[in-house]
Amino acid sequence: MDPQPEPVSYICGDCGMENTLKPGDVIQCRECGYRILYKKRTRRSKFCYL
Amino acid sequence: MSSDEDESMSEQEEQTKSGKEDNGSVLDYIMSLESVPSKLPPHLELLKTRVLCKIDAPQHTDTIQYSGAYAALGVDNSIRLDNFRQNFKVQVNRLTEDDIEFDMIGIDPALANAFRRILIAEVPTMAIERIYMANNTSVIQDEVLSHRLGLIPIGADPRLFEYPENAGNEKNEKNTIVFKLHVRCERQQPRITVKSNELKWLPNGSELPSEDIKPNSSSKPKTFTSFSCSQDSLPEFSGNPIAPRNLDIILAKLGPGQEIELEAHAVKGIGRTHAKWSPVATAWYRMLPEVVLLKEVEDELAEELKNKCPVGVFDIEDIGKGRKRATVARPRSCTLCRECIRGGKEWEDRVALRRVKDHFIFTVESTGALPPEVLFTEAVKILEEKCERVITELS
Repeated sequence: MDPQPEPVSYICGDCGMENTLKPGDVIQCRECGYRILYKKRTRRSKFCYL
Repeated sequence: MSSDEDESMSEQEEQTKSGKEDNGSVLDYIMSLESVPSKLPPHLELLKTRVLCKIDAPQHTDTIQYSGAYAALGVDNSIRLDNFRQNFKVQVNRLTEDDIEFDMIGIDPALANAFRRILIAEVPTMAIERIYMANNTSVIQDEVLSHRLGLIPIGADPRLFEYPENAGNEKNEKNTIVFKLHVRCERQQPRITVKSNELKWLPNGSELPSEDIKPNSSSKPKTFTSFSCSQDSLPEFSGNPIAPRNLDIILAKLGPGQEIELEAHAVKGIGRTHAKWSPVATAWYRMLPEVVLLKEVEDELAEELKNKCPVGVFDIEDIGKGRKRATVARPRSCTLCRECIRGGKEWEDRVALRRVKDHFIFTVESTGALPPEVLFTEAVKILEEKCERVITELS
């Protein structure tokens, strides 16, 4: 599907740490081990990259 | 007050000089004749000017409007501008930065209520109307935060701004105030309370791009506003920057790692559209209470009456020989709770509770955009404008 899977950063639901995950990674915060991560809000100005 | 009376007197004189056939002066002449009774008998005068607050319900609450209501007695009940000018009085009792209490005497309840309603719903202020949320990772939802921001009183004179509809919904420096809020709670730090002082005024307008940034274009990206000049270069704002009126309103709380970044656009509007534009916290009036002792209330009864009243309307005076008599000391503080006329028919016969129909104790509490006395004059101007509109419609 996607030729180059780009890493996406997520925000930990517990400590607020930014985590960069690639497809296949374990969904877990690197800092505190919390398993709920939130996607970051897109900025409108970034729409052109999608 | 005396200067006003002088003015109306001179107007009357002018009227009589300028035209003898003028309706007003003929009426004046008739009214000045000795055989024409101009006063009602006291019992009718009481029903006309007072609301009688009986134990079960108030009586004679209506105002008598019909000009010929007392024609059979030969008394003229028509409303005349000269009478109004002579009798109308305003007395300011208390005036602070945010607060005014004044007496309006000699006005119809319909007009007093019109002022109240205009104050609440039609005097314009500035309030935050649009929020551009760039980031919000806090626990408070976007829409709840936006609603809270909308309710913040903005310390800007609305008379210096235009309604956004006037500019064809173009957001320029004449109709929009832009604030920025960017707060971040760093990790490993204690929680932050975001207060309204974090709203920073942007006199140059919006900083957020409204269109996609084209990677190659060198021109400045379009923003959500199109200001032709900076607001702080305008003389009315150069000395006093625009900010929320109260700087200690809690907007949100941030935990470690949470962030809020947004832009808030305030526009001019009226309370009829949304209560956030209402310039008053409360605007209300009450009729002047009148407490009358119909019989002498003495000794133990006087003591009992004094203790009955929860707001201390009555006082006791010494009439010598160790005897005491009740007096009405503070009728204005009466809430008409009727506690003093409870306890049987004999109490109802001793004390009369009334309200004066044309005496209004008006209280206006401003939210801070304009001082309360200015708010009231603005309300008067709005009513005047409405009357003029009706007159032009009719003519």
